[in-house]
Amino acid sequence: MNPLLEIRNLKTRFYTQDGVVKAVNDVSYTMDSGEILGVVGESGCGKSVHALSIMQLIPDPPGKITNGEIWFDGQDILKLNEDQMQKVRGREIAMIFQDPMTSLNPVFTVGFQIVEALLLHNDMTKGEAKDRAGELLDLVGIPGAKQRLNDYPHQFSGGMRQRAMIAMGLSCEPKLLIADEPTTALDVTIQAQIIDLVKKLQDEMGMTIMWITHDLGVVAELAHTINVMYAGSIIETGKIRNIYKQTRHPYTIGLLGSLPRLDDPPGTELVSIPGLPPDLVALPEGCPFAARCGYRIEHCINERPTLVEIDGQDHSVACWRWEEIAGIGTK
Amino acid sequence: MIRYIFQRILSVLPTLIGVTFVIFMFQRLIPGDPAIAMLGEHATDESIERIREQLGLNRPLFLDREALVDGDLQGFFDSQYMRYMARLSRLDLGDSIHRRIPVMETLKLRFPATVELSLLSMIIAVIIGIPVGIVSASRRNTAIDSISMVGSLIGVSMPIFWLGIMEIMLFAVILQWLPAGARLSTGIEIESITNLVLIDSLITGNMEGFVDAISHIAMPAVALATIPMGIIARMTRSSMLDVLQEDYIRTAKAKGLGGRLVLFRHALKNAALPVVTIIGLQAGTLLAGAVLTETIFSWPGIGRWIYDAILGRDYPIVQGGTLLIAIVFLGVNFLVDILYALLDPRIRYK
Repeated sequence: MNPLLEIRNLKTRFYTQDGVVKAVNDVSYTMDSGEILGVVGESGCGKSVHALSIMQLIPDPPGKITNGEIWFDGQDILKLNEDQMQKVRGREIAMIFQDPMTSLNPVFTVGFQIVEALLLHNDMTKGEAKDRAGELLDLVGIPGAKQRLNDYPHQFSGGMRQRAMIAMGLSCEPKLLIADEPTTALDVTIQAQIIDLVKKLQDEMGMTIMWITHDLGVVAELAHTINVMYAGSIIETGKIRNIYKQTRHPYTIGLLGSLPRLDDPPGTELVSIPGLPPDLVALPEGCPFAARCGYRIEHCINERPTLVEIDGQDHSVACWRWEEIAGIGTK
Repeated sequence: MIRYIFQRILSVLPTLIGVTFVIFMFQRLIPGDPAIAMLGEHATDESIERIREQLGLNRPLFLDREALVDGDLQGFFDSQYMRYMARLSRLDLGDSIHRRIPVMETLKLRFPATVELSLLSMIIAVIIGIPVGIVSASRRNTAIDSISMVGSLIGVSMPIFWLGIMEIMLFAVILQWLPAGARLSTGIEIESITNLVLIDSLITGNMEGFVDAISHIAMPAVALATIPMGIIARMTRSSMLDVLQEDYIRTAKAKGLGGRLVLFRHALKNAALPVVTIIGLQAGTLLAGAVLTETIFSWPGIGRWIYDAILGRDYPIVQGGTLLIAIVFLGVNFLVDILYALLDPRIRYK
């Protein structure tokens, strides 16, 4: 079976006054239908930019996709023109965003904003669209959904707005839903509710979901596979069990190590990764993580490692010393 | 919504009373006696006193303390300001000191001319300024953007009197396409219905009158529209640029909406608030600018009339005219407040 999404050598650049920001560097991966992929990394690692590149919503100028192919459902969507791409957005690939407080338009009712998407991509009357919007709000668990269609976003709480965003994203039953840190701006109980909701919807509708987050806990609960990104590149990818149990990349080890755990004895110090990510304008020649890496050798500084597949394990890593690091895992 | 409108009306009333007070005081604080202005430097003290008596200028400004001491309650309240307010409540703005005809009568004749000129200027400013701002914002940092922003900067900094004179030089004197002044050519008759000649001529189907009215109003309207046009264009651009960076614009695009729908549906309604504010404030600028424009183009509106009245110390005219301008300004900004609520639901539900 062909993968639903296949990205080959994607490069996205921002041409700013300070120089060319290399936001996404040679990213390649595939996603199968029905899969939930977690894309993990710290702020500025290119995870959001790569998702916006798939949607071709990079602000241009200054942003530009300079290289690559994005095969979605049998066609390279990077070759589509703007009109054709508009038919993909919302209908084939939907995206929900980080901050539900600012992602809904304050001057239109929630109902209108969902109906708008429905009418755009489906052949239905306004009445039908309105009914459907009510069903969708009900589906995402908003009480009194029908009445709340006429409410404005400011009359919704943060969690409800994100539910409304999800309803909007689901409205045209897209093949792929990209969720860009959808729970980051919400408090923890609401986060858990949203994650449960997405799990439930995925079970029922069999949707393919890309979940972008810096929260490894969220990913562990949801995802089947994980892409760990650092400085615009994927540095480790694989089935979730492999990543968590047999971590190969020092950065991933650092990420996992910096998570507090419930079973830690009191007084355990939180580990953090020393240093800062490299400046994306002046990326080092070698491994971008070398400067912060405890396993660094001479070779790391001189040559950049590429993703290498670990035999038969559905697990790839971009590190010169992955064999030595083998199976350290979390504490 | 109705409660909101009611609140706005309540907040306008004190301002209105404040305005009458300020208008009343301004005139009294300026040195110079209208009685002397009427009779000339060499008038006798007696005749000056008689005129002051006639006009009520011998009464105290606000309250007569001496009358109160004498136990004369009516006399206590019989002051210039109270007389003024009493007349005002009967819509009587007093008589012109020089011409001895009611101010209200002249106002009825002249005000429509100013309204017509200001309204047309505002329409020109809005229908050019807003699209220019939108196009500039959506094509940021392109040649179109630079040209329109330099153009609007020139518009904002244009001295109206100079532009007016240049217009007359070019179109009236050299090219002789348009008449240099007045509202209508002599011999053109338009039946008065609204007293706005453009509309009246259209209603009565008087095409000759309409064309004549257009040719007269074109130059002053363009001159008067220049500054607001530039300000509106720049405000629209910067407001649109702000809004276009908002997250909900990205959401709208992610839904698959085309550029035009994103721009005109999702961005414009949000960007409209500051633009509407500016348009409301420009109403004041227009009325002030009308004084210059009307003088240059011999436009029979209230601007020129008030200007002459100030020079002649014709208090009732200045008071009536200024009051009217203030009311118009308050009215426009009241409408702006209502528009706010229509545009932004967050204001409506406060």
